[in-house]
Amino acid sequence: MSQPSQQPSADSPAVYPAVNYLNADRGVKSWFLTLDHKRIAVMYLASVLVMFLVGGIFAMAIRLELLTPEPTIMGANTYNRMFTLHGVVMIFLFMIPAIPGVFGNFCMPLMLGAKDVAFPKLNLLSLYLYWTGAILAISAMAMGGLDTGWTFYAPYSTTTPTTVFPALLGVFILGFSSILTGLNFIVTIHTLRAPGLTWMRMQLFVWAIYATSIIQVLATPVIGLTVMLAGIEKVGGFGLFDATKGGDPVLFQHFFWFYSHPAVYIMVLPSMGVVSDAIAAVARKNVFGYKMIAYSSLGIAFVGFFAWGHHMFVSGQSPFDNGAFAVISMFVGVFTAIKVFNWVGTLYRGAIAVNTMFVYVCGFLFFVVFGGMTGIAVATVSLDVHWHDTYFVVAHFHFIMVGAVIMGFLIAIHYWFPKMFGKKFHEGWGMVAASFIVLGFIATFVPQFFLGNAGMPRRYYMYPERFQAWNVASTAGSSLLAFGFVIIAIYLIYALLRGEIAGDNPWQSRGIEWLTTSPPDKHNFPKPIVVTQDPHSYQKPGEEVEHVVI
Amino acid sequence: MNELMHKLLFLPPQASTLAPKIDNLHYFVITVTMAASVLTGLLTFFFFFKYRARREGQSTPIVLPSVKFEIAVIGVPLFFFLLWFVQGFQDYIWYTTPPKNTMDVYVMGKKWMWKFAYAGGGPNAIGTLHVPADRPVRLLMTSRDVLHSFYVPDFRIKQDVLPGRYTETWFEATKPGRYQILCAEYCGTWHSQMWGEVVVMPGAEFDAWMVEQKAGLAERVDTGGDDGGNMRGTIVEYGKKIAMTEGCLRCHSLDGQPHIGPTWLDLYQRRETLESGESVIADEAYLTDSMIDPRAKVVKGFKPVMPTYKGRLAAPEAAALVEFIKSLRSTSLENLPSKEATYEPAKPTTQRR
Amino acid sequence: MSSSDGHPSHTAHHHPNLAGHFDTIQQQDYAARLGMWLFLGTEVLLFAGLFLGYTVYRHFYHETFHHCSRALDIKLGTINTLVLITSSLSVALAYWCVKVGKRTWAIGALVFTILCAAGFLCIKYLEYSHKFHVGELPGKWFRAEELMQFPAANMYFTIYFLTTGLHAFHVIVGMSVLIWVMKGIIKGRYNPDYYVPVELGALYWHLVDLVWIFLFPLLYLI
Repeated sequence: MSQPSQQPSADSPAVYPAVNYLNADRGVKSWFLTLDHKRIAVMYLASVLVMFLVGGIFAMAIRLELLTPEPTIMGANTYNRMFTLHGVVMIFLFMIPAIPGVFGNFCMPLMLGAKDVAFPKLNLLSLYLYWTGAILAISAMAMGGLDTGWTFYAPYSTTTPTTVFPALLGVFILGFSSILTGLNFIVTIHTLRAPGLTWMRMQLFVWAIYATSIIQVLATPVIGLTVMLAGIEKVGGFGLFDATKGGDPVLFQHFFWFYSHPAVYIMVLPSMGVVSDAIAAVARKNVFGYKMIAYSSLGIAFVGFFAWGHHMFVSGQSPFDNGAFAVISMFVGVFTAIKVFNWVGTLYRGAIAVNTMFVYVCGFLFFVVFGGMTGIAVATVSLDVHWHDTYFVVAHFHFIMVGAVIMGFLIAIHYWFPKMFGKKFHEGWGMVAASFIVLGFIATFVPQFFLGNAGMPRRYYMYPERFQAWNVASTAGSSLLAFGFVIIAIYLIYALLRGEIAGDNPWQSRGIEWLTTSPPDKHNFPKPIVVTQDPHSYQKPGEEVEHVVI
Repeated sequence: MNELMHKLLFLPPQASTLAPKIDNLHYFVITVTMAASVLTGLLTFFFFFKYRARREGQSTPIVLPSVKFEIAVIGVPLFFFLLWFVQGFQDYIWYTTPPKNTMDVYVMGKKWMWKFAYAGGGPNAIGTLHVPADRPVRLLMTSRDVLHSFYVPDFRIKQDVLPGRYTETWFEATKPGRYQILCAEYCGTWHSQMWGEVVVMPGAEFDAWMVEQKAGLAERVDTGGDDGGNMRGTIVEYGKKIAMTEGCLRCHSLDGQPHIGPTWLDLYQRRETLESGESVIADEAYLTDSMIDPRAKVVKGFKPVMPTYKGRLAAPEAAALVEFIKSLRSTSLENLPSKEATYEPAKPTTQRR
Repeated sequence: MSSSDGHPSHTAHHHPNLAGHFDTIQQQDYAARLGMWLFLGTEVLLFAGLFLGYTVYRHFYHETFHHCSRALDIKLGTINTLVLITSSLSVALAYWCVKVGKRTWAIGALVFTILCAAGFLCIKYLEYSHKFHVGELPGKWFRAEELMQFPAANMYFTIYFLTTGLHAFHVIVGMSVLIWVMKGIIKGRYNPDYYVPVELGALYWHLVDLVWIFLFPLLYLI
């Protein structure tokens, strides 16, 4: 996609533009009232990292408590609040907003050759709604916290005396933030593509964001309604899910999971999009099976809406429902399998760079296969009878949420850090941290598969003694994982302050976002972009290119 | 082979007819999963070494999949996934179809214990369920309050227990022994202690035990696995015994006289005013909380001197105490004089707007 | 990827309402419409959950729902339906008037629409206050004696209040949107050259009407 004349040659020095989006306007108001998608992205980044830290602290508290089968460092009620808040903070305040809010906002308009998103004011409103939801969630914590689990199942959530209502209100408002972001992105992708940028020429990260946005727009209203109904029932005694008033607790589960299953695709699709873009850049190669990856994202978005009942196999749902949801879940799994084949295929005959991103890519590929297939395993109805609500499920979803999504987030940070901030980070430390993260992750969550097999249920404050050894192993692993994150924080902050200048395109990537300075100018591109080439294509102009068909 | 896989995967003992079916499919699924992930990892590494960048600005060919490849990539995973679905769903239907000759047991889950009652008559129990080996047993379950889930890992059975509805599950235990019951749906503070035990006895021994239980005075009623049994009578009698041995009756009277603590007569569902000015209803939750944290909600007019029983009372013992307190009613119907029935005319229906 | 001559394509005149990140007003208007339709989609999904709840409980408590719906006043419900349908007509007329430059008529039509909305809310208030009076209320508040014989009668009124309450909230939101649009017409911001916001406001009002068209038969007629 780039003409040689538009790229600095390998010998010319990297340039850090004196005026860029970070310093173009000064003052607090210019940030808090900005309409620049890039500044909004940076504010999202700071916010989600803080929430990740909060959720991570809750996680460490959980793991410490679980070192012994007896009470260790806290009481039962405190522990129940810890796992609830860990889930609520991580899912609603980190996983769902992170990649779309940070990298969707920053990179997607650049990848379209656009000047901004379609509705910049709505974008700022999304950020404010996110902050409002975060403040409500934190005040729920400050008021004593809630102990329902992030799933808020009725009738426990509607009858527990803990502070549930502010958390429900927070989730409701966060839902609006998510809906408006999704809406904004869909309209942007439809209307603001540069001349020549057809759908089939878009980078795969954009396809992933598009599919994610569709899910955000269609699914999130349902969780909004669900938490609203739960909140009304809690304070008003309306009894919609209360058996003593004729209500049905399983109806709550249907409402809840109708959103929360597509929500996991809101979390994972953007990270898969990051990996698609990053693998092409790391391997300097076209993406093998571009169309398959693009369409499989849409496939996940569509079919993913019909699989929610696989969270409810033992809830009292009919066997017919169980069968239907199980078979649909099998089809959703195939879309991910398609992507994995295509990512590995992209590496074939590539020119792969030795760098931090690649370490994460290796981890990602292993974790997404193992995590995805254990997902298929729990979708096999008979096996889920044993595994439901045990640590097997906890391990499965952490393999996807941490092993796939957070790896994707880390790849995104490392890939686009030079673009966003104009500096390079230290690759050596990057690879050291990546190793800690990958190995620490394995040490933390593989024991949990065994715990689930052995029969340890989740959300257990005290447990039968026979489960202790694996719990200790998992806690030990989590300290490695935490240590990896600490290293990342250190070298990235160092890079921000004292890093080497990155230049426009340190990875020599073919993404459109690399056709402007690092950091970009406030108005994105110095000259309007016109697109004539396929995406992720690494051929030199006029070069004879070998075509291989497998 | 089964033994090896069983050990490698840390599965619990196979103590029911369902367990081997589940485990066999488990081995198949997990083996393919491991193979696929390891293969992916190895292939990635292999490609990394073989195709690592050797020169700056090295060019790469355009590699595209053929239609055959695309079909294979979709078809092979889908084949495995659907194969597992078919086998899994078959096993599931087997699991949800109890045979005709089951022995039925009513199970009630409530925070934070399991109560059992034999449909065909027999001793009620809290926390421990006696069943015969090699005979199918059907559980008809409901909840008194919130969602719970009845889970016996060694049998590989699990079923959510709902308020206002009955759910059912069944099993046929194959080996005599004691198997843990765990609650698998979060239900509050002591969710992680809502345990129980299934005691599987050889058929003849179970029959003898049942006869002994049913005959007249119930000599032995198991109310919990951890204290070795030897309790007598019904749960209310058990509760009374605990009240005596744990020292409750030193401060709480049974006849209405306030003593160092409030009297237990008519305590259940009584509205009490606390020191703080709030009022509470002395329901099961309040009574149980008062045993664990007695200084939190002290009734007005009494000193906060009650010691905590946290760690000193197992859940079934606390439950027994609560049942005992509930039984202490001065207005129990047996004691009231009989009255004639009275009739009131129905109110006229209001105008429809 | 090459850039052409380096100049962005200009329309003949720079439209006063064109935002900096759009190239043409047509592109901006298209984006605005697409955005609005997507938003309406989210509103449909929000109500869909409640309609599902209605369906589920109607299925469980068929007879109860049948009898409890007799307790609603069909006359008032029908009047409300006619009021809303008329208001949809008037808002569509307002939009057309802005398009052809009939500013005063547009403002009049919008005033009429807003009055219809207020009328709807007044009638709703009458219905609600009657229910409060006789105890036809949701959940634990239910105390209507003549309906108590039906199992879970309270559930009917839970659904009734939740659906009509959420709808009434949207009526209020819709009214605010229309007032804001009216202000824009009065100030001359919306005119034959730029009327997309009027279109979007009218679309939102049509959705509010449409939800009621579904609620009315489900609650009042069957």
